Amino acid sequence: MMEQLKDKKPISHFFIMTGLLLLFSTLAFGVVGAFQYVFPGLFRNSFSFEKIRPLHVSSAVFWILITACGAVIYYLGAVKNGVWSVKLAKWQWLLFTIAVIAILVSYIMGIFGGREYWEFHPIFAIPIVIAWILFLINVIKSVKIFRKQPVYVWMWLTGTIFFLFTYLESYLWLIPYFRSNIVHDMTIQWKSYGSMVGCWNMLIYGSSIYLMDKISGSEKYSYSGISFALYFLGLFNLMFNWGHHIYTLPAPKYIQYISYSVSMTELLLLGRIIYYWKSSVNTARKHYHILSYRFLLAADLWIFLTLILAIAMSIPAINIYTHGTHITVAHTMGATIGINTFLLLAFVCNIFNIHQPTTEKRITTGLYITLIALPIFWFSLIIAGVLKSNWQMHHSNEIPFSVMMYSLHNYFVVFLISGILLAIGFFIIVGNLLATFFNNQPTKNNITNA
Amino acid sequence: MSDRAKVMTLIILLISFFCYTLFLYKENYSSNAEYGSIADKGKRLWQEKNCNSCHQIYGLGGYLGPDLTNVYSQRSEVYIKAFLQAGTNVMPNFHLTEEQMNEIMAYFKSIDSSGYATPAKLKTNYDGTIER
Repeated sequence: MMEQLKDKKPISHFFIMTGLLLLFSTLAFGVVGAFQYVFPGLFRNSFSFEKIRPLHVSSAVFWILITACGAVIYYLGAVKNGVWSVKLAKWQWLLFTIAVIAILVSYIMGIFGGREYWEFHPIFAIPIVIAWILFLINVIKSVKIFRKQPVYVWMWLTGTIFFLFTYLESYLWLIPYFRSNIVHDMTIQWKSYGSMVGCWNMLIYGSSIYLMDKISGSEKYSYSGISFALYFLGLFNLMFNWGHHIYTLPAPKYIQYISYSVSMTELLLLGRIIYYWKSSVNTARKHYHILSYRFLLAADLWIFLTLILAIAMSIPAINIYTHGTHITVAHTMGATIGINTFLLLAFVCNIFNIHQPTTEKRITTGLYITLIALPIFWFSLIIAGVLKSNWQMHHSNEIPFSVMMYSLHNYFVVFLISGILLAIGFFIIVGNLLATFFNNQPTKNNITNA
Repeated sequence: MSDRAKVMTLIILLISFFCYTLFLYKENYSSNAEYGSIADKGKRLWQEKNCNSCHQIYGLGGYLGPDLTNVYSQRSEVYIKAFLQAGTNVMPNFHLTEEQMNEIMAYFKSIDSSGYATPAKLKTNYDGTIER
């Protein structure tokens, strides 16, 4: 397989192709899962929800991670005149691909590790860690000199290093000391997960700043004081704001106070987004990368909406109403689809260099379908969450769980229909991007070997 | 912002982060599912069957089934075992042995002893914080 990759498309394209296939499976399993919400007991004995959910979640997480790695490898190659080792990147891709296939097959066979996000058997963590170490070596060696680097290079480095730490931290439960008390175990688990999301966001946001620079034709922002101030603010939040996941746990109070106060600094980010909203649109509009620009603009809107919800959920007194409800799912969907997926698709359109009018038109149609479906999908979850919140705060003693779930049925139907529409939109986009990958001649960039 | 200022800021953040991390690791918790105990075996079984996909502990997990943090004190053992034994119209029958059901039960008992997960019981303060 390594030989087959030689002298063909750049390795970053293979990361992206794998990521797109995983986005496809994310959507397919997501739709099946949504059907199971509307028709409880569907596939109960063959393909029940405890299999569908990890298939959906792991596909989504690996779509984000693998595509983000591909984008970093490609853009790092462009910035640094080639990545340090293409061979290392090939091994990383191969390890990731083998691990992901094995993980998805293990779910179908009913083999689980049973932890949120990483629901696979811990043995599969080994190839992922090795692949990540290869990535880390490649990123550090490619950067070479650490002086006078733009903010996105700092973000790529930080995201890569911290991901390895948080990923290893998420396996501390294997050590008896960390697993013997449920509250301690869950505290460390969600500490690592909260920070880990911040890590892949560092990789993605770093790449988006690079792309924005490329679109606007100016690198001024990437070297500015404000960009570094916001980077450090993001890093500060990555390190300390994870506590909102566990406000309701009987954990030490200082976790709540630290997380609550740190999360409020995100208001600065929100303020900046509102302030620069108009000017960023005008700058980008002048330029040529229309598909990437559209995805970036869509992500911009969802960053705004998701951040408002995230800040609200970071206030403990509000969090007790949203925690354990579908509002949390809405937040996750807003972040993973509205922000991460749109940003990653912006990179893919840019890296695949799509300018063929028919493809452009189809992808734009797909994007518009997702833009119509996603708000409906999001609001249906929020409304279901509000109703569940009302139940768990006021009526959980007298109304059984199953009756409450049945009362949400209509919202789950809307969730399913909008979910199908959302999947159709993304299928159109993914299908066209994969067709570009498989049909086109190598689209190797002149300035990168990656 | 000079490179020196950036590196200094990064070092301060890193030191704070690792101190906080170590502090959390060393936080004193009494064990409620000691390694090798029946409760610990129940926890492993809970994970192996991926129960968290549908159920929640302290509001964390999937939303297809109910939160089971305090199910041990809210329902009788017979009631819980009936669900474990036959499943429901949504939950499959996992064909658990009597021993495995006892392990799961011991796990539920250990979680239940760690605190309550009902958000309605939490008190909210004017500054936005909450307390038990």
